[in-house]
Amino acid sequence: MTENSSGLVHGLYRDGAPIADHKAPAGPIEQKWTRRKFEAALVNPANRRKMSVIIVGTGLAGGAAAATLGEAGYHVKSFCFQDSPRRAHSIAAQGGINAAKNYKEDGDSVQRLFYDTVKGGDYRSRETNVYRLAEVSANIIDQCVAQGVPFAREYGGLLDNRSFGGVQVSRTFYARGQTGQQLLIGAYQALERQVAAGTVEQFTRHEMLEVIVDGEGSERRARGIIARDLVTGEIETHLADAVVLASGGYGNVFFLSTNAMGSNVTATWRAHRKGAHFANPCYTQIHPTCIPVAGEHQSKLTLMSESLRNDGRIWVPKKREDCDKDPRDIAEDDRDYYLERIYPSFGNLVPRDIASRQAKNVCDEGRGVGPVVGDFRRGVYLDFADAIARLGEDAVRNKYGNLFDMYARITGEDPYTTPMRIYPAVHYTMGGLWVDYDLQSTIPGLFVTGEANFSDHGANRLGASALMQGLADGYFVLPNTIRDYLATSPATPLTEDSPAVVGARREVEERTERLLAINGERSVDSFHRELGNIMWEYCGMERSEEGLLKAIDLIRGLRAEFWRNVRVLGAADTLNQSLEKAGRVADFLELGELMCIDALHRRESCGGHFRAESQTEDGEALRHDDEFAYVAAWEFTPPHDTDGETTFGAGMGAPVLHKEDLTYEFIELKQRSYK
Amino acid sequence: MNLTLKIWRQTGPDDTGGLVTYRMSDISPDMSFLEMLDVLNEKLNANGEEPIAFDSDCREGICGMCGLMISGHAHGPERTTTCQLHMRSFKNGDTITVEPWRAEAFPIVRDLVVDRGGLDRIIQAGGYISANTGSAPDAHATPVPKDNADRAFMAAECIGCGACVAACPNASGMLFLGAKITHLGELPQGQPERDARVVSMVGQHDHEGFGGCTNVGACSQACPKGIPQDVISQLNKDLRTALKHGR
Repeated sequence: MTENSSGLVHGLYRDGAPIADHKAPAGPIEQKWTRRKFEAALVNPANRRKMSVIIVGTGLAGGAAAATLGEAGYHVKSFCFQDSPRRAHSIAAQGGINAAKNYKEDGDSVQRLFYDTVKGGDYRSRETNVYRLAEVSANIIDQCVAQGVPFAREYGGLLDNRSFGGVQVSRTFYARGQTGQQLLIGAYQALERQVAAGTVEQFTRHEMLEVIVDGEGSERRARGIIARDLVTGEIETHLADAVVLASGGYGNVFFLSTNAMGSNVTATWRAHRKGAHFANPCYTQIHPTCIPVAGEHQSKLTLMSESLRNDGRIWVPKKREDCDKDPRDIAEDDRDYYLERIYPSFGNLVPRDIASRQAKNVCDEGRGVGPVVGDFRRGVYLDFADAIARLGEDAVRNKYGNLFDMYARITGEDPYTTPMRIYPAVHYTMGGLWVDYDLQSTIPGLFVTGEANFSDHGANRLGASALMQGLADGYFVLPNTIRDYLATSPATPLTEDSPAVVGARREVEERTERLLAINGERSVDSFHRELGNIMWEYCGMERSEEGLLKAIDLIRGLRAEFWRNVRVLGAADTLNQSLEKAGRVADFLELGELMCIDALHRRESCGGHFRAESQTEDGEALRHDDEFAYVAAWEFTPPHDTDGETTFGAGMGAPVLHKEDLTYEFIELKQRSYK
Repeated sequence: MNLTLKIWRQTGPDDTGGLVTYRMSDISPDMSFLEMLDVLNEKLNANGEEPIAFDSDCREGICGMCGLMISGHAHGPERTTTCQLHMRSFKNGDTITVEPWRAEAFPIVRDLVVDRGGLDRIIQAGGYISANTGSAPDAHATPVPKDNADRAFMAAECIGCGACVAACPNASGMLFLGAKITHLGELPQGQPERDARVVSMVGQHDHEGFGGCTNVGACSQACPKGIPQDVISQLNKDLRTALKHGR
């Protein structure tokens, strides 16, 4: 890329100093976590109750951390925007959770889970973090069983396992199609137990709108948050010794995604604006097995667990003219089981990015099925006829009954008698705030866990690994690393009238007033939908330089219009859902631009990031390890402030790119192949 | 299709509130009920009227955040969550009444939004197994017979939406409570706290202002997860056993 006289690369960003993790100890990889736990300073039990930790988000990563730190005796304040911690979107995860238990004696091990995760992430994750994830995975299952999580069991009373997208061993524990729900209820119950014990204070219907950062330079510390009570509208200040963001991913930047309606980037984006680097924002996972879009009114997309790919076979007609036929009338010879054809050894179980892109390819060829949406058919068949013939309808019902019911309810079609239709949808974001081995961001005292950080999945996440990471971070990693920070960082007094606190409060109040004062012509949703269309079109399954440059222009224009023309009715001092949405969409409008800049600068294809300019002759993703084997950690730069007033909507100046080199000491760097 | 909606509007806990009539046209049968309300809210916003407040989050029937009383039925005419109810369940020309959950223990916050914090406090009273992080034995140390594991799972499917309370003429939370008692009581890990749990949770349930079970069965009929009424039998049995043990 070219650098012009102003020092800007491509006119969009600046190169900055490299960044590195300094927390992972030296030595063999299998000893690093044990050593780190030993070397991390301890906090005397008597002192813990004097130390407070704020945790934003109550999904697996936040709920588990809040419960565990509460059990340890710290004073925890737990925040969620929903009406109960149990509603966090971890609850919607269906398929399962990986753990290197090797209960099936099929060759699994910590080493193999580590290897599969690094390979699945297309060699763009940090080895030390991934090894630790694999290492603690077995403890998660033990912990959850002890809490009463009702995992599926065999007749002998032992736990059942299944194999899951992209791997060849059965290491996935599950609770029918409701694994996320059951794990979250486990964490939630542990959390409520601590609320009753008085160690955790629970703040529901509260949204974090700013992080309080005190001090300058190396003395900076995250010391609390500004939150809005969504019922009364009151802006509240909460101070603490450390802040943990466990606020989930940012897939809703695409408007249509499998995320919950309220899932948002505000907590992490506000922290980014205060100095926390945002890593690999362009790494987005598009999930292959979602129910296709039915029409213009669509508010969200529904995923069906990819465990369906264990028994369902994916196909489209060989001939375009068959696309509007009843699938049951299409002869076996006229069907193209394209994943089985292209990837004979993995077949329908190839990783998500490959399954998604191939679905897009066959639909782009005009061989898609289902209703015409926009200009062509966006859907492929997922067929259980063979599985029902082989296992019987009862066995299939037993395994997938709730998913089949859900499909029938949404589409009005019966998947037992006619093939399901599926299409890819945005599902998970691998990018997130940059953290070191201790899960600490570039702001000291600000920790980030679960989907909100970038740490473990590289450029692509394997199935059943999100739940694993959320609980690993929450139960086992963060509680061990945060104590080192709490024990060693000097507690300086901070009061509500300190400049850092007053400033953060004022920012929130001004922003709220401004959103309500614009009183323009367009609804928040209309901006969100338009942003989503731009992101899906130009920063979705396939990205190109031309498209991304266009997207950046479009987003900037849309953002400017938002701050000029959005209409948010109602008042600040009451429950106001339009106001909540407006704040979230305002942040998505900035994040979207950074995602496009990140996608533009990474001129390679890796994992969920596919650049049209970087593919092999037969259309496979092509990595460039010599140039891009690094984590892209972006530093926020404020917009040019010409008139000295807060410039809402100008959004952001040119971000600064800090590269963390990825070195592979324990796993050999290879081009991924699932053929 | 064209519909007449009568929707409960209430600006806050102190407002008396009332039904307001809205007419909707060109509604697609493939829309979900909440997407239909989204369309209405867009229209209201365009007309300068404040949108209707209602809760929803996952919109795939699992988080339990949504819940509306639709023409007198909790979550509407189908056995599902409000977000999974589709307009194909209605007919052109229908008049649909939309109200919040009605129960003393669920005070109204605004419009269709209620406060279900009482359900969290029932869980705080003992709806858990005390197992601190890191203290767990190997997951295979205690086999669980499949029948017990399956029944525990069935009860654990409860999403805490509160439809059972809204459907009950006595606003009882005993289906919710019985589901948790059954989930944890079926598992060997849940035995040490079994007696104390049921006594404490029943006490909290009553303290919150939920009514007692009157054996109507509307709760189970309204439950989007089909939790059977016999979890209330289990609840009563566990309570009797605990009291016999002198708890």
